[in-house]
Amino acid sequence: METLQIVSDPTDPTAHLSDQDIENIGRELDAIRAEVIADRGERDAAYIRKVINGQRKLELGSRAVLLFSLFPPAWIVGTVGLSVSKIIENMEIGHNVLHGQWDWMRDPDIHSTTWEWDSASPSDMWKHSHNELHHTYTNVRGKDNDLGYGIMRVDENQRWTPFYLGQPLWNFLNACIFQYGIAAYDLELGKHFKGRGDKEELRRNGKKVLAKVRRHVTRDYVLHPLLSGPSFVTTLTANLTANLVRNWWTHSVIMCGHFPDGVQTFEKTSIEGETRGQWYLRQMLGSANISGGRLLHFMTGNLSFQIEHHLFPDLPSNRYQEIAPKVQDLFDRYGLTYTTGSMPRQVASAWRKVFRLSLPNDFGRKVFSRAKPATAGARSSVKAA
Amino acid sequence: MTTTAPRPTVAKALRGRVIKFAERITTPLVPSDYLQVINPLHSGTGLRGRIVAIQPETRDAATIVIKTGHGWCTHTPGQYVRVGVDVDGVRQWRAYSLTSETGRRDGCIAITVKAIPDGVVSNHLVRRATVGTIVQLDQAAGEFTLGAQPPRKILFLTAGSGVTPVMGMLRNLSDPDVDVVVVHSAPTADDVIFGAELRGLARDGRIRLVEKHTDTDGMLDVAQLENIVDDLAERQTWACGPAGMLDALERRWNADGIAGRLHTERFRPTVVTPGAGGTVTFAKTGTAVDADGAQTLLDAGEAAGVLMPSGCRMGICFGCVAPLRQGAVRDLRTGDITSAADGVLIQTCVSAAAGACEVDL
Repeated sequence: METLQIVSDPTDPTAHLSDQDIENIGRELDAIRAEVIADRGERDAAYIRKVINGQRKLELGSRAVLLFSLFPPAWIVGTVGLSVSKIIENMEIGHNVLHGQWDWMRDPDIHSTTWEWDSASPSDMWKHSHNELHHTYTNVRGKDNDLGYGIMRVDENQRWTPFYLGQPLWNFLNACIFQYGIAAYDLELGKHFKGRGDKEELRRNGKKVLAKVRRHVTRDYVLHPLLSGPSFVTTLTANLTANLVRNWWTHSVIMCGHFPDGVQTFEKTSIEGETRGQWYLRQMLGSANISGGRLLHFMTGNLSFQIEHHLFPDLPSNRYQEIAPKVQDLFDRYGLTYTTGSMPRQVASAWRKVFRLSLPNDFGRKVFSRAKPATAGARSSVKAA
Repeated sequence: MTTTAPRPTVAKALRGRVIKFAERITTPLVPSDYLQVINPLHSGTGLRGRIVAIQPETRDAATIVIKTGHGWCTHTPGQYVRVGVDVDGVRQWRAYSLTSETGRRDGCIAITVKAIPDGVVSNHLVRRATVGTIVQLDQAAGEFTLGAQPPRKILFLTAGSGVTPVMGMLRNLSDPDVDVVVVHSAPTADDVIFGAELRGLARDGRIRLVEKHTDTDGMLDVAQLENIVDDLAERQTWACGPAGMLDALERRWNADGIAGRLHTERFRPTVVTPGAGGTVTFAKTGTAVDADGAQTLLDAGEAAGVLMPSGCRMGICFGCVAPLRQGAVRDLRTGDITSAADGVLIQTCVSAAAGACEVDL
């Protein structure tokens, strides 16, 4: 059996687990999953329909109010409503529908194969890079491009180049245009800049992205402002603001998922011949939650339960909250750290890392005494018998 | 000045533009996604209906009255309609015979459902469904009808819920000169669906009714049928009921050389001994599952979360057909093997994998 090589933490947090323990963890998680699937039904279906219905009403209402956005109160109400609506559309609805969390309902209107979302990246492309690549190779260096999106260094073992000096700025800019950042990332633009990748595929997919972007830009920045007549400019700024707010929010939530302190990254070789139990263990250690109230969980699309989501990407999002205590109990019993914290704390932690790793490791050691990165040669690993 | 009817074209073009504009302001969704938030029966969304009444017929059968949404075309008596019902949150499609009069002014249709043991949808509709529920609909379909001109002499041979398409025909049969005999089998008098209405029609002289209560009378003896209906050969016969009864009727009508006068409708397929299964690949979804030789491709796909079109689940309605791209499948009713070729469509509800195969879903 291959070993789970954890490269981010020199003190291996799984050293105390035997192979048997890891397989037992897998069995327990399988049982939690089976329990939810057996119980999944009308209540869940009613939930997602209610959310979709509510989001569409909120969007219609907000856009109607924005027709009169020349009046400042209308601008504020409409912009807040549209921002919230766009966040719900992307997070609790889009992301989760595209994961196939609701495919079991067999409703063609709420199905991963038919859904299109209000984001620049077309569903098909995003499903490939997110569902297939990121969720399979979570936090595996060189495999999971979500580790810094190819523009940042978020792990000590990623090689430093002067380009990363600018990464706090890159990260901020990416946050502002996050939906386009995701589209560029799904197109694997980085790979193409380096001269690798299939040109024909890039041309084909690029066309799709551009067509979608054109439609969305026309909608938000031309047609709805035009409909507003004298409120043209203010409706335009309202749409711009709503998109910006949504981009910042989703960027922050997603940073909290895999970048904060305490999240582990893994060696490429560790996933060769990986067992079900080891895969689960990698998801458990490679993700971080956000603690908070019901509203926060809802607005993050329940990605505040990133750990639960990564363990069971296709379970309905409303269930993560319910199984979280069981999952946390499992962490406790096996002596593993359930990484979680408030949103401000986790966002700050992720940003600290972005700043810290913009500099070379040894430079960082001198300046930030708290950081003790492992050197490339001294990786720890979980020993397998 | 020429005025060669440009008007409808202008109106059409204008309408097209309005729709196009509406699509542009609602992208990536479509206008109907928002309209259905306001009215779920609105046209442009899929064809839907709302349950407006549920009337018990017997201890295990009920008539479901459905107000149809925009877009419903009328039906021909005897036809069935595919109904999509959410049971425990899962969309399930089944076909049920229409029992209502055609062209009702209130825009309602009715289906009559008998709860069968372990029947997911039938039990839900008879015992748990509530008024106000939205159901998905398809247009009426089916060949089990009287045709444009009903024959002068008709025999309806039914058993159990097989009476439902026949009731649909009787309720719409306005010609008083048609000579109708109904021979219906049910376990007891109380189990006869539409019992009171059938007996009423018989009292009024509209039909001759022969009830066979199988708990006490025993099963209908097809060989002795002429003892009940002496002019059997002169009648066009429509029969609906369990497979055993229909098989016996077909044998008899064949033997008598009048097979052309028998019209049948089956509820469930008779399944032959299955063969070996195989890996089923759903090409569009990119899902592959191992299915045994007895499992239908429809069941295999649904279990794997593939968005499978479906309908009667018994091989009659063709609501589930899909192109077979590779490999071969076995028809569970006949055992026949169908191999992939250009344009080969298969019914997933009665087909099982015969080795590895790929369906374009």
